[in-house]
Amino acid sequence: MGDITEMEIGLGHYLVVSAILLVLGIFGIFLNRKNVIIILMSVELILLAVNINFVAFSAWLNDLNGQIFAMFVLTVAAAEAAIGLAILVIYFRNRGSIEVEEISTLKG
Amino acid sequence: MIAALAFYAFATVLIASAVMVVTARNPVHSVLFLILAFFNASALFLLAGAEFLAMILVIVYVGAVAVLFLFVVMMLDIDFARLREGFQRYAPIGAIIGGILFLELVLVLAGWRFTDLAADLRLAPVPAGPVSNTQAIGRLLYTDYVFLFQAAGLILLVAMIGAIVLTHRERVGTRRQVIADQVSRSGSVVLQNVAIGAGISPGSILRPPPKDAPKAVEHHDAHGGHH
Repeated sequence: MGDITEMEIGLGHYLVVSAILLVLGIFGIFLNRKNVIIILMSVELILLAVNINFVAFSAWLNDLNGQIFAMFVLTVAAAEAAIGLAILVIYFRNRGSIEVEEISTLKG
Repeated sequence: MIAALAFYAFATVLIASAVMVVTARNPVHSVLFLILAFFNASALFLLAGAEFLAMILVIVYVGAVAVLFLFVVMMLDIDFARLREGFQRYAPIGAIIGGILFLELVLVLAGWRFTDLAADLRLAPVPAGPVSNTQAIGRLLYTDYVFLFQAAGLILLVAMIGAIVLTHRERVGTRRQVIADQVSRSGSVVLQNVAIGAGISPGSILRPPPKDAPKAVEHHDAHGGHH
């Protein structure tokens, strides 16, 4: 192992970055328990961490399947954001607030 | 060397902006930091060789999702100060759970390695030769994964229709065209039996007498009252 290989970026680097991102996303959900918008953004961060994992493994195994799957994750994330924000907009229109703890309308 | 430095720079900015997303006081700043995070993640994708996905990330996330978030944050008049109550109260438990999760992930990372058969287990090896990343993904997506690709399109269609249906609002007091009423109306149009060759002189088209003429005038007045 020379000096050059020590500086080289490996799979582990990517996995650590994505692990930190995932933890930050989950931390964000706990931290902003009242604000649905930030919670949705935290979910986006979590999905981004998943995508980084997929791409890192795909790059290191030279297997394109990971990138294909990351694309599908991206699709679902976009759909989720659109629907989530639409629900948020109509909820705000009806109640005048987006506090998560007040959202118990759907409770049986 | 340069790639390593670039990786560390992008990763640092990515994580810093992710921290800002969850802790920023103003949600508009949160969205802007989210955009920065997506840009840096796409740079990381580029470093890993996934060019197509990097561009898709910029286009889809920065161009669509983040702008959608920005719209909603700015459009809704939300009392954000009230939403931040309990921020300090929730921080410790969030930190504890996050710390435990991160510890677990680190333990997994430390004790994990590829199997020797990993190279043989690949389903779609990157093709050899001068094939760009985009080309290779296209070849795979339109052949092996064409049905999944269609399903992804269907999901987006359903999301689009769902978002429109959810946020569409019927406004009261606006006049709308009702096709059925137009088609099924009777009495307002009278069929006249005109002698053949007699014709109707121009400008003398027969109209029924206005039944609700005074009402129409009244309505006009009421409408004009706004001005």
